[in-house]
Amino acid sequence: MTDVAVDARQTKRPIRAVTPWDRLKANHNWLSAWFMLPTAAFLILFLAYPLALGVWLSFTDARVGRAGIFVGLENYEWLWDDSVFWLSVFNTLLYTFVASTFKFAIGLYLALLLNQHMPFKAIIRAIVLIPFIVPTVLSAIAFWWIFDSQFSIVSWTLKKAGLISTNIDFLGDFWNARWSVIFANVWRGVPFVAITLLAGLQTVSPTLYEAATIDGASRWQMFRHVTYPLLTPIIAVVMTFSVLFTFTDFQLIWVLTRGGPVNATHLMATLGYQRAIGGGYLGEGAAIATAMIPFLLGVILISWFGLQRRRWQQGESND
Amino acid sequence: MTDTLAEKAGMPSAHAIADHSEGMSYLQTLPRRLVTVYLPLSIILLVLLFPFYWMALTAIKPDNQLLDMERVNPFWTTAPTLKHFYNLLFQTNYPLWLWNTMFVAVSATIISIIASVFAAYAIVRLRYRGARWVGGAIFLAYLVPPSILFIPLSTVVFQYGLFDSPFALILTYPTILIPFSTWLLMGYFKTIPFELEECALIDGASRWQILIKIVLPLAVPGLISAFIFCFTLCWNEFIYALTFLSTTAHKTVPVAIVNEFVDGDIYRWGSLMAGALAGSLPLVILYAFFVEHYVSAMTGAVKE
Repeated sequence: MTDVAVDARQTKRPIRAVTPWDRLKANHNWLSAWFMLPTAAFLILFLAYPLALGVWLSFTDARVGRAGIFVGLENYEWLWDDSVFWLSVFNTLLYTFVASTFKFAIGLYLALLLNQHMPFKAIIRAIVLIPFIVPTVLSAIAFWWIFDSQFSIVSWTLKKAGLISTNIDFLGDFWNARWSVIFANVWRGVPFVAITLLAGLQTVSPTLYEAATIDGASRWQMFRHVTYPLLTPIIAVVMTFSVLFTFTDFQLIWVLTRGGPVNATHLMATLGYQRAIGGGYLGEGAAIATAMIPFLLGVILISWFGLQRRRWQQGESND
Repeated sequence: MTDTLAEKAGMPSAHAIADHSEGMSYLQTLPRRLVTVYLPLSIILLVLLFPFYWMALTAIKPDNQLLDMERVNPFWTTAPTLKHFYNLLFQTNYPLWLWNTMFVAVSATIISIIASVFAAYAIVRLRYRGARWVGGAIFLAYLVPPSILFIPLSTVVFQYGLFDSPFALILTYPTILIPFSTWLLMGYFKTIPFELEECALIDGASRWQILIKIVLPLAVPGLISAFIFCFTLCWNEFIYALTFLSTTAHKTVPVAIVNEFVDGDIYRWGSLMAGALAGSLPLVILYAFFVEHYVSAMTGAVKE
């Protein structure tokens, strides 16, 4: 269609004939190649190539400043017998599962609350998103101070209220440290879940609720049989993102505990950093990072099939 | 015009939010709403905002009140001071770190936006062979986290001779930003009527002219959304900056604060908090001006 238009224009000009250059300019594939060039260059040089290089490095004994030689599965065999690695896998799964569950529950609840009609609605919604705007590291520093072993404001308040007698050692105790970092992660993740789900809630037509009310539905029934089914697709997408980013989290742990106490909060990402950059064992660090790929692929596949099903539900063409 | 485009794209604009939310809330009595809506909402808001209050309060507390919780109520301060900010600005490299962060964030964002405008336009409108596959591949690229890339990337950065230079970040950040903004802009370009471009083609415009004179002006809200969201992502990025930079003077704010403000075991809490606060302010101010664009960027990328 567009090609025809271009040709028509050019044949009307008596001065010169259609040159090969003109044809080339109107050729979609040739033109697209130039349009895609910058993006392709960046993504191949700094994303696809490093991704492949990372897998390759995991099969070598590379160190910082020394190219490695191929050692087969040695790094993975080493990790298989490494209890710290398995502890980090356990921590990562626990962290992802617990934090994502709470993010989903609180985020959905907050979205439902924000969807109500109330004064200063716009301002409240804007405020909710602030924890998501502020860089993670900077808010994590605030949490570091809140979780301080001696001068924690939480300990102080609880002591004044007479609930505890000694300070809580938030980041020094195994499970306290785990719950503390999970809390900080949930705190940062809830606004994202809430605001995206709120956008989904706003597309639900109010007439459905009116009809349900006339039919005598209770508030729970309205949520269960109207809101929830209509919201399922967006929940699936939001939670995929949330799970992916929680699983690969690094910043929060690095600032709050650096993996301690005694590796109790090491995630796979932080352990990989410690081994590869801190310790200089690039190959071993790359093996830890590569071990994350199957988990990520699993989540992405679930998301992919979820999206397909959603298209089918909405009767969209596969555009 | 731009507003209607945004609505067509399914982005919640201010009007859409205001329209149908009155709903049936009049059916509920005020006491009931107090318990079911306002009370839980205030608790959640309190928890979400408390760390910022605490950050700001710590930043203006004098040192002796910071560690003394017995004589002074820690929730308030009687002698606010700007000493911590003064130290931050005149006795550390903080202004330099702030400049580094700004420079890296703005450059990487501009590069990414330009690259993704071309890519998104080609995928949506030139519809070359395999365009849909490329779109899918770019979406997958969005899902590749920096945490599995930083180790091989550090060797790549070293090979290219970029180690410890801001260009290491300017060139690697686009791998995070381009997939996101391409996906967002694809959504925007799809809402621009095809007929406009056909008209322009008939009038003799080249593809370049169409992009510059027709598509981009209509996609301004999308460009703003992409820009501020990319800028925020850059500012937030940590692991690449931590790995690729080693000289103190080259660091970005998040890395510098974590690494440089800790002297042995004595944490300079006041300066730390002042630094964290000053590092967050540019983003919060930007956010305050562009709330709607921000929300549409966030939801737009998820919805596609």
